[in-house]
Amino acid sequence: MTDVVLNSGDTAWVLASSALVLLMTPGLALFYGGMVRAKSVLNMMMMSLVTIGVVSVLWVIYGFKLAFGYEANSQWYGAISFSGLGSAVNELTNNGGVYPIPLLAFAAFQLMFAIITPALISGAIADRTKFTAWAVFVAVWSTVVYFPVAHWVFAFGNKVGDTVTGAGFLASRGVQDFAGGTAVHINAGAAGLALAFILGRRVGWRRDSMRPHSMPLMIIGAALLWFGWFGFNAGSSLGANGIAALALMNTQVATAAAALGWLLVEKIRDGHPTSLGAASGAISGLVAITPACAFVAPWAAVVIGLLSGVICALAVGLKYKFNFDDSLDVVGIHLIGGLWGSLSIGIFGSAAINSVGLNGIINGGGVELLGKQAFGAFFVLAYSFIATLIIGFIIDKTIGFRVKADAEVAGIDYDQHAETAYELTNSGRGGFSS
Amino acid sequence: MKLITAIIKPQKLDDVKEALIAAGVTGMTVSETKGFGRQLGLTEVYRGAQYKVDLIPKIRLEVLVTAVTADKVIKVITEAARTGNIGDGKVWATPVDSVIRVRTGESGEAAV
Repeated sequence: MTDVVLNSGDTAWVLASSALVLLMTPGLALFYGGMVRAKSVLNMMMMSLVTIGVVSVLWVIYGFKLAFGYEANSQWYGAISFSGLGSAVNELTNNGGVYPIPLLAFAAFQLMFAIITPALISGAIADRTKFTAWAVFVAVWSTVVYFPVAHWVFAFGNKVGDTVTGAGFLASRGVQDFAGGTAVHINAGAAGLALAFILGRRVGWRRDSMRPHSMPLMIIGAALLWFGWFGFNAGSSLGANGIAALALMNTQVATAAAALGWLLVEKIRDGHPTSLGAASGAISGLVAITPACAFVAPWAAVVIGLLSGVICALAVGLKYKFNFDDSLDVVGIHLIGGLWGSLSIGIFGSAAINSVGLNGIINGGGVELLGKQAFGAFFVLAYSFIATLIIGFIIDKTIGFRVKADAEVAGIDYDQHAETAYELTNSGRGGFSS
Repeated sequence: MKLITAIIKPQKLDDVKEALIAAGVTGMTVSETKGFGRQLGLTEVYRGAQYKVDLIPKIRLEVLVTAVTADKVIKVITEAARTGNIGDGKVWATPVDSVIRVRTGESGEAAV
């Protein structure tokens, strides 16, 4: 590796992107927090915050090695190692080739993905999840589901000369996922669906008003997600280069188009375009363009985004048809949007845009790439759904996954955290106690 | 003595208050409240899910008046609160047995 030296521009971009992607998780907390009722906003946000804590610690102890170590030379997992990243300080990143950035920059960047993926799941089980059970779930799910799946999708192997060892199952089969359509969004969406079944519907679902309590909070969260997503997608180039610029531009235009697509559906179907629709549409566009952002032309990103907004606006109604309480539409937006985005590469993929990309249907590549994409998408969907059902079932039968019904009705914030979000009256609140 | 109670649209409060002051009324009590009448509720839509808001925000305005001015006050409120749309509210009067001004101890119409 003596011919590759550290590049300060690339390193600076990946470090900055890591910070951008971290910001998405507090952003998600605000986005989700605004969408729940006032009595459960703190619990909703705490599920994201504790995920940052749990996953960061696991990542250093064994998570990064389990996802991106290559010592085991396995397509299913990286390496079982508890070295605590101590030996990584002077290494460069090798992921299907050497990148001129420190391994620890890559490890930090990937950590932020490992954090937000389980945090996304929490939206499916709002208002009713026992906090300690959630923290345990995050630890187990990250270990059994996210770390291995990240290896399948994002680990391109240790390349020395022409020999590549330890590449992931899907990465080595040419499934294209630039920034996490499968590993992040389909993965989180399928897990959210499984947990919605395990925990069951909220008390009063489809009877009580469960209207979101703060649209401005939700919009601030969506804005932070959009901002951080430039690091998520453009940072995934692992360098400050043309592919990063392409990914950033595609992220912007797909998101903008998706917001318009969702609003269009609302205007035609419901009569009024809504702020929640604009924000939800934007998120659906971010989700869909995530796997595709480095493989398609900007005009195609507009089409992918617009259709994502339309498809997801229709998909969020499915829970009422099938009677499952995916409270904040993790399935309708992340699973459906992730599926569409992953498959869209098989349609719009362009080898002329990205030299490591392949042509999709419209660029003369036939259906081969679409087939690969479908295989990768449904493989991750099935694994995540089944593994999450098992993990969720065990947690529910042992420590219990759900708070008592009266605590849920009174408000989970006070029951789980002894706090309430808003002080709206001055009388009758008592005083300082010891 | 009569107690005039009016349930009106929140956006008409300022009009009603000014009209009452212009008509010589010297005090009133206003509270924010919720309810429904023939208007029934509103429908809000979040991600395509319709939520029926059946108790909608209203203003409850109460004025103590002497018996002879009651009809005039009711007329003033009714005219000032009217938009002509459904949900304009209601005004009613109830007889009052006794009234005492707390500070002075005056009672009856002198305390109104």
